Amino acid sequence: MKRAFPILAILTALLLAYAFHEAIWVAPMERTMGDVQRIFYYHVPSAWTAFLLFFVNLIASVTYLIRRNAKADAIAVVSAEVGVVFCTVVLVTGPIWARPVWGIWWTWDIRLTTTLVLWLIYVSYLVLRRFSDSSQTPKLAAVLAIFGALDVPLVYFSIWFFRTQHPQPVIGGGGSIDPRMLHVLLLNWLAFSCFALLVCWGRYRLELLERAVEEAQSLESLVGDNRLGVKRPGERSIPLKTKLPLDKNPSRTGTQ
Amino acid sequence: MNSIKFLYAAYIATWLIHGFYLSSLVRRYNRLRQQKKELGE
Amino acid sequence: MSSLRSITLATLAKDIRLEWRSKDAINSMLFFSLLVVVIFSFSFDPNAEESRQIAGGLIWVAFLFAAIVALNQTWSRELRNQVLDAYRVSPAPANAVFMAKVLGNFILVSLLEALMAPLFMIFYNLRALGPAWQLIPVALLGTWALVVNGTFFAAMSLRTRSREIMLPLLLFPISIPAVQSMVEATRIILTGDGAARFWIVLLLTYDVVFTTACLALFETVLQAE
Repeated sequence: MKRAFPILAILTALLLAYAFHEAIWVAPMERTMGDVQRIFYYHVPSAWTAFLLFFVNLIASVTYLIRRNAKADAIAVVSAEVGVVFCTVVLVTGPIWARPVWGIWWTWDIRLTTTLVLWLIYVSYLVLRRFSDSSQTPKLAAVLAIFGALDVPLVYFSIWFFRTQHPQPVIGGGGSIDPRMLHVLLLNWLAFSCFALLVCWGRYRLELLERAVEEAQSLESLVGDNRLGVKRPGERSIPLKTKLPLDKNPSRTGTQ
Repeated sequence: MNSIKFLYAAYIATWLIHGFYLSSLVRRYNRLRQQKKELGE
Repeated sequence: MSSLRSITLATLAKDIRLEWRSKDAINSMLFFSLLVVVIFSFSFDPNAEESRQIAGGLIWVAFLFAAIVALNQTWSRELRNQVLDAYRVSPAPANAVFMAKVLGNFILVSLLEALMAPLFMIFYNLRALGPAWQLIPVALLGTWALVVNGTFFAAMSLRTRSREIMLPLLLFPISIPAVQSMVEATRIILTGDGAARFWIVLLLTYDVVFTTACLALFETVLQAE
């Protein structure tokens, strides 16, 4: 298992490089927007990956609430964090694309706005996890994830209606897409998905390690001795249980 | 073309963001390794 | 079910009685709301035409801030006297105390809105060009949306550091569709431009979805404290 990680890392790097090459040099130039349109090949796959990760977080959160499985909670944290990173990429590349094409940095475009609200909800999720008492955090965070999931369709719907009343430019292009462009888009999505998987895997191992160290630390402070039983020079080991007075004289007759 | 700068900016920004996150993970990992070593003493 | 209702009403009556005696929360909130209205009036000095466009947003932002002040003190009395621990071990359904708190906050914030709204009308010379009566369902549904989630997140924030800032951090993102609905509906009613019906229905949907979610998950949150 441990060897798979570097192998996957190298494969992912190669895939990303190849996908980048395709996006910049091979994919056909878009008629109206020109080369700037190539931002699309980074913007859209990042969005899909972020949404997928947030969905994973929802599943993990619900699983945690039902089963109280610590691994599910670890997956929830990991997917939320990495999801926020990818979501940030979407929110940064979107306006960078919009500015040369439409002349404005921001528009209450339905997808961009929904992404912004998702980003806000999950940042608040991460803040809750950081600020909350560690024993109960998983439960509270899972509840918040469910609230967020309930909220998203309402957000989407409200912006949809708002846009029909106040039409505005669409970021991300609408309508049909040239099959050659679709090919490059899917390729980049594959590359970024592998990248996301890699990062999640690493983050997951980090999370498990952090929890193990924290547990060891709290155990150490509780027991007042080191768990591994290694004696410092000149030290007698401290027994974990204190002896009851009765135990001192096993020869004493009478009932205990 | 002026707009090509935006293309560069977007791609660079993407990798900067990922880079920041990955470096924060590495930093946390190193700190953990240090703590683990202290525990084992 | 009648025990649920009677516990809810008893808790609500107790809260109202306690609040009426000290008038702590209502006085501070009233003054805060007045200050917000005045500061907004200094910041935005539009003519009648523009003011009808933006008043919806201004009013609801002001109400939102006032609601946060109310929501932050929702559970403080219970915390001080370890009442929540008692609820945790008692067989009384947790939802009873939750509904009592939500209703209490609803009454408090509605009272505030009823007092602030005329002030806004005066400062901005507002006159509704559309059906003014529709402002009532908007206000009721909108206030409920803020208060039900706010009370819930206030309970979630109890054992966090920086409890007072945690509440708005959690509440604001989730409330975005509700706030948008309130603001748009108010703008439409004031300017008479279009129909607010969609937004009112969306607010109703929001209220139903989140009231259900809060009632379903409050027990979990209470046990988590």
